[in-house]
Amino acid sequence: MSKSAVEVPPRCGFSFDLCRRNAMLSEKGVQAPSYRKTGTTIVGLVFQDGVILGADTRATEGPIVCDKNCEKIHYMAPNIYCCGAGTAADTEAVTDMVSSQLQLHRHHTGRESRVITALTLLKKHLFNYQGHVQAALVLGGVDITGPHLHTIYPHGSTDTLPFATMGSGSLAAMAIFETKYKEGLTSDEGIKLVTEAICSGIFNDLGSGSNVDVCVITKGHKEYLRNHLLPNPRTYVSPKDYSLSKKTEVLLTKITPLKEKVQVIERGDAMEE
Amino acid sequence: MNMDLKKDLDAPHSMGTTIIGVTYNGGVVLGADSRTSTGVYVANRASDKITQLTDNVYVCRSGSAADSQIVSDYVRYFLHQHTIQQGQPATVKVAANLVRLLSYNNKDILQTGMIVGGWDKYEGGKIYGIPLGGTIIEQPFSIGGSGSSYLYGFFDQAWKEGMTKDEAEQLVVKAVSLAIARDGASGGVVRTVIINSEGVTRNFYPGDKLPLWHEELEPQNSLLDILNASSPEPMNIQ
Repeated sequence: MSKSAVEVPPRCGFSFDLCRRNAMLSEKGVQAPSYRKTGTTIVGLVFQDGVILGADTRATEGPIVCDKNCEKIHYMAPNIYCCGAGTAADTEAVTDMVSSQLQLHRHHTGRESRVITALTLLKKHLFNYQGHVQAALVLGGVDITGPHLHTIYPHGSTDTLPFATMGSGSLAAMAIFETKYKEGLTSDEGIKLVTEAICSGIFNDLGSGSNVDVCVITKGHKEYLRNHLLPNPRTYVSPKDYSLSKKTEVLLTKITPLKEKVQVIERGDAMEE
Repeated sequence: MNMDLKKDLDAPHSMGTTIIGVTYNGGVVLGADSRTSTGVYVANRASDKITQLTDNVYVCRSGSAADSQIVSDYVRYFLHQHTIQQGQPATVKVAANLVRLLSYNNKDILQTGMIVGGWDKYEGGKIYGIPLGGTIIEQPFSIGGSGSSYLYGFFDQAWKEGMTKDEAEQLVVKAVSLAIARDGASGGVVRTVIINSEGVTRNFYPGDKLPLWHEELEPQNSLLDILNASSPEPMNIQ
């Protein structure tokens, strides 16, 4: 009997062969690739006219930087923004969800959204999932009752603070805040302090990096400063620039539209019974 | 080391805590520290663990921050409805029992110990302790949280019936500061809430105003000072 394998035609449907291999590998101690996380440094502070939020822009997939310029400051309402740390999918999904709930609520009540509403909606959702939705958020905004800044942890607990930091770079950023924060900062001082705190995270934490995003929210006005500071420019850019050699000559150009244009014939009579 | 720190920062937010509730003649005094920790990192060094349930009833929270916040939110909501239905302020007993029902019926999910304290016109000042598991126990004073382990002996000796408002508050502040000195998971500032027939008073004692204990004090009349002052050369034994 020959020992050569018989050629079996591939079966349709999901092939579970690799599941056994994965189980064997994890038994041997090989870890599965991790999900995309935002390593992150996110901060927020209350200044004399409102709140300022700041974030770095690095998204990591295990040890690899998968996005060098992602946006971590998410829109919740015209007067409320939320920075997210943790699993990128979770922070995006939960902030999107609560943002649309807030919009519906605005239609129902006819009023501007309050920060405490966003806080309660986020908190209830995260608590219900008992920490499995890995989203750590810094929520800030200005509403009719004044400026507010809150932190929300993945298990659903919240804190209300005058200055807050979250993410893997939170210790580095908190060190800057604890040293330099004072009440009644002006807008420029606040932006400078937030930028310094984020830079501290960028340079001292491996999970944070690239650029600084800042968002300033005051009564009736907001300024989203995307890439406010770019402290990590690409150092070795090729002076020749990237271009493809134009060696192929164009002889003929013919464009065929794929959709047939449908002719609408105007019918004079309306449908009658 | 980096991964450990990450895991620690992802740990559930818990309040190591020292919480105390004490009755005096005329009302109650509730006290707590202000440290919320995530693993070894202090996530909030000035948190407020004494939460309002109604105008006349407050609760001290300990254990998991998320669990205790959610329980107090639900109880506040139920008490609000209850007050509307009754047409008068809720009693401390009702508030404590609502907390107890939530804690007991969800004992496998929740991890939070609470002390409910307040004043009502029927019973006066009352303190109810509701530890893990959902027991309810009415006590003249109650202590809870990780720092309370260091206070059992202290209260056995220092507690007395029929204190005045100031004596009771001083006792609470002294007790919390003693626990802060010995428990790593307690720290920050001391917050107190006094509830009586006249209303509610919130007080705040920043860390530098608290008394220092034992090894925190500057050494006085230390033998080392005397030895160092007299002879700079090592002593010769002949």
